[in-house]
Amino acid sequence: MTTVEYFFIYFAVSMVFLSLLIITVKNPVHSILLMLVLFFHIAGLYLFLNAEFLAAVQVILYAGAILVLFLFVIMMLNLKEELVSHRFIGEWPVGVAIGLSISLFCIFAISHFQIKYEGNMTIEIIKTLTNTKALGKILYTEFLLPFEIASIILLIAIVGAIVLAKKEQS
Amino acid sequence: MEFLYTLIINIIKVAVVFGVTLLHVAYATYFERKVIGRMQCRLGPTEVGPMGLLQPFADMFKSLFKEDIIPTKADKAVFFIAPVIVLAPTMTSLSVIPFSEKFIIADINVGMLFILACASLSVYGIILAGWSSGSKYAFFGGIRSAAQVISYEIAMGISLASVFLMAGSVRLDEIVKAQYEYPLSMYAPHLIIGFVVFLIAAFAETNRTPFDLPEAETELVAGYLTEYSGFRYALFFLSEYVAMFIMSSIMTLCFFGGWTIPRFITDILPFLLYVPGIFWFLLKVYFFIFFYYWVRATVPRYRFDQLMKIGWKVLIPLSLFNLLLVAFVKRFVL
Repeated sequence: MTTVEYFFIYFAVSMVFLSLLIITVKNPVHSILLMLVLFFHIAGLYLFLNAEFLAAVQVILYAGAILVLFLFVIMMLNLKEELVSHRFIGEWPVGVAIGLSISLFCIFAISHFQIKYEGNMTIEIIKTLTNTKALGKILYTEFLLPFEIASIILLIAIVGAIVLAKKEQS
Repeated sequence: MEFLYTLIINIIKVAVVFGVTLLHVAYATYFERKVIGRMQCRLGPTEVGPMGLLQPFADMFKSLFKEDIIPTKADKAVFFIAPVIVLAPTMTSLSVIPFSEKFIIADINVGMLFILACASLSVYGIILAGWSSGSKYAFFGGIRSAAQVISYEIAMGISLASVFLMAGSVRLDEIVKAQYEYPLSMYAPHLIIGFVVFLIAAFAETNRTPFDLPEAETELVAGYLTEYSGFRYALFFLSEYVAMFIMSSIMTLCFFGGWTIPRFITDILPFLLYVPGIFWFLLKVYFFIFFYYWVRATVPRYRFDQLMKIGWKVLIPLSLFNLLLVAFVKRFVL
């Protein structure tokens, strides 16, 4: 095995363990800290794929913005220990069923995964262009429509959040 | 063999930058106390050593030998690790800053994004410090810091996006080189809106006056720092000064031409080309650091709702407008 493979094994194994720890730790703030470490490992995996832009954005957006908001909400609610009430844990067979069906779906999807798209971006071109520029060029020319659709969906979500927050006040 | 050689060179570089930064922080505190003292018609430190020059070391030894107090209600593990979470990303982002054309520790393709990522991580330490102390004042400080940093990071990122757009790169050295082509060899006059937005957001991002609400002593004792003492307190202090240095470096690199000086000056006085670039870089950086102190001695603290209003209703729309303007100019005029 090469050193890269050893690194990959380290990342894969620790990501699985961290994910398990996140949902089993009692203190919600500790589980957010573990999630932060998990995001770092994901960014590390992106770096192995020479996707430095994705790695940086992963840390800036997920770790730097979204997770801070999680932490913010948990601190505002002042949850020192996770709420254990029958309402949340009574229906666990339903949860297990949903989880299993989603994971089956994922396994099915991954086993049918095919690399269909073949653009003119070879590894040599990406190396000279740098990953960031190549991504930007493809995203804003070939995949402009999906990109815009995704941004409109996000915009709708933002507007929806504001509407919900307004109703609460009146 | 080749690998070992680059490793040793890099370790030496890291050691040099680390040592110089620690020394910089020591004398930045001295500089701050002298400048603010003079602005308020006082003398500043004078007692320890000639002209008070050994004052930073006296302060350092004092904080080293102080008792390390841990509150009984504290979450110990998080309380211990919080100062490290603040300091580590801040120190890490020093590694991608090009101090001159040749001197940079890690020459990576996404330099500017790396610094933004590090800056957004160090806020965790502040929030967790506030949460883990188990005290109301510290908790409020942490909450305030979270809200403040998230709001101002957006304005900061968008104003930097206009720089990326102008330079066509997120590499810091290419941003500097792209600026050299312009008449004043800097982006500040062209991207004046973006620069002003960044300047204001940088104050909020480093928790400095007039936006130092997380540690507002009139309302919150010392905010998230309330329960910290001794060397852990010193670590927070250290990271605040390093963060100021980094913000000043970003302003220098992205808006003020980094290690270059305007071409018309070197045309008149050609011997200035022989001055090493790091001199100009540090000159500009220390101008901004002086500006931080100047503002601290001049402007009173904002109220928290005012701070939020400035962030969301003024700075973000302004930076978006600036981004659109730059995109338009870049596409149709240049």
